[in-house]
Amino acid sequence: MAFDPADRYRLSPRVGLRPEPFGALAYHYDTRRLVFLKSNDLVALVRSLERHDSAAAAIDAVVDPATGRRSAYVTALASLCESGVVEPLLEPAA
Amino acid sequence: MSTIPKTPPLVEQLKGGLDAPICLTWELTYACNLACVHCLSSSGRRDPKELTTAEAKDLVDQLAALQVFYVNIGGGEPMLRKDFFEIVEHSVTNGVGVKFSTNGTYLDRAAAERLVELPYLDVQISLDGMTPEVNDAVRGEGSHAKAIEAMGHLRDVGFEDFKISIVCTRHNVDQLDEFKALADDHGAQLRITRLRPSGRGVDSYHDLRLTNPQQRQVFHWILDHPDVLTGDSFFHLNALTTETGGPNLPGLNMCGAGRVVCLIDPIGDVYACPFVIHDEFLAGNVRDAGGFAGVWRESTLFTELREPTSAGACASCGSYDACQGGCMATKFFTGLPLDGPDPDCIHGHADEALAAVTAGSAPRPSQDHSRPGAAVPVALTRKR
Repeated sequence: MAFDPADRYRLSPRVGLRPEPFGALAYHYDTRRLVFLKSNDLVALVRSLERHDSAAAAIDAVVDPATGRRSAYVTALASLCESGVVEPLLEPAA
Repeated sequence: MSTIPKTPPLVEQLKGGLDAPICLTWELTYACNLACVHCLSSSGRRDPKELTTAEAKDLVDQLAALQVFYVNIGGGEPMLRKDFFEIVEHSVTNGVGVKFSTNGTYLDRAAAERLVELPYLDVQISLDGMTPEVNDAVRGEGSHAKAIEAMGHLRDVGFEDFKISIVCTRHNVDQLDEFKALADDHGAQLRITRLRPSGRGVDSYHDLRLTNPQQRQVFHWILDHPDVLTGDSFFHLNALTTETGGPNLPGLNMCGAGRVVCLIDPIGDVYACPFVIHDEFLAGNVRDAGGFAGVWRESTLFTELREPTSAGACASCGSYDACQGGCMATKFFTGLPLDGPDPDCIHGHADEALAAVTAGSAPRPSQDHSRPGAAVPVALTRKR
């Protein structure tokens, strides 16, 4: 499924996230794929996804719009969605 | 892969080491029914000091706490341990996935049925020739038939995507397409890796290693078959990209020893990688006070391996960025300096130094568990 910043997402429960100096290592237990999360901000964003009504809202909460890095996070999340590290969440945020 | 800016290249960070290894090899026993001439661990006889079942399970718990996501279990023949299933089941139920390597001798129908039920478990069958002639000359008489039988059991019970693992030699390199077809036939995935002069390989390396044209052949074959696994073991061949102008082989283009990989041997000794079972690369033991984490994070050896390395004699070569000087273990056991070219340097830059190594002067493995008289001679004649 294509990543849409307007949708709600979460870190997949099938994924282990291990903190590392550069960010984190993500391991998907089903696909046995390792993925590198190359910044601590991205790790924080991924962990926070399910607390927000949309991926876009989660990004806004961690990114200062003035720095112009928003699109980089959208790209990163789209890639993590493709590899199954983050997945769509259908219920609305509590 | 993410693309967040402002961080140094990932490979540079990985060279500085991680909080725990990405990929850890754990050899469960030195016992083996075979006596392969290129065995990395010179296996044969069990070591009386091997970890007990309780110690093995405790080690799994340590790895789980460190979030080591999976271990590559090997040996020896790991299935020879009576507690093999107990250890594996303890591991996969505690979040540490297992891929284990076996010669297939003990992988009968009942074992296959048990294995297919386990989550997070992968099996890798070793095979070094498509024919008994080529395979058994390296792995011992009857080993080809046993491996093929084991593959049949895995297929019959519906074990998907198990691995068939080949060490590339000058005798089997022309069979790569056939190996691929064999894997496809079994719903398996092919894995090919580089021969190392480690363990009993110190004595067979020069007879089995790929010729220069064969190395080029393998490089292009890997690029043509992106679904074939390589354990990132052929990164020294990336030196060819200065000729081809094309892409690198897929994978981390670096030596991971003590940085992202390590080896735990059957008695708990921790070495920098599976190919350097030698006192010079021994970092500590999991029975030490700090456990495995203490060795990984604090050992002097690993700290040194994580420091920036010098290109040494390779500094003036335009390919160094591509090949990183090759494999530390391969240089070590062929008697070459660690900061110079790999003996299989595709440009031939090690040929002179290799020829000048006095016979018998290269380091020998620090331990040998071979069964007396069990090693099979390499009967095949040298090709080319």
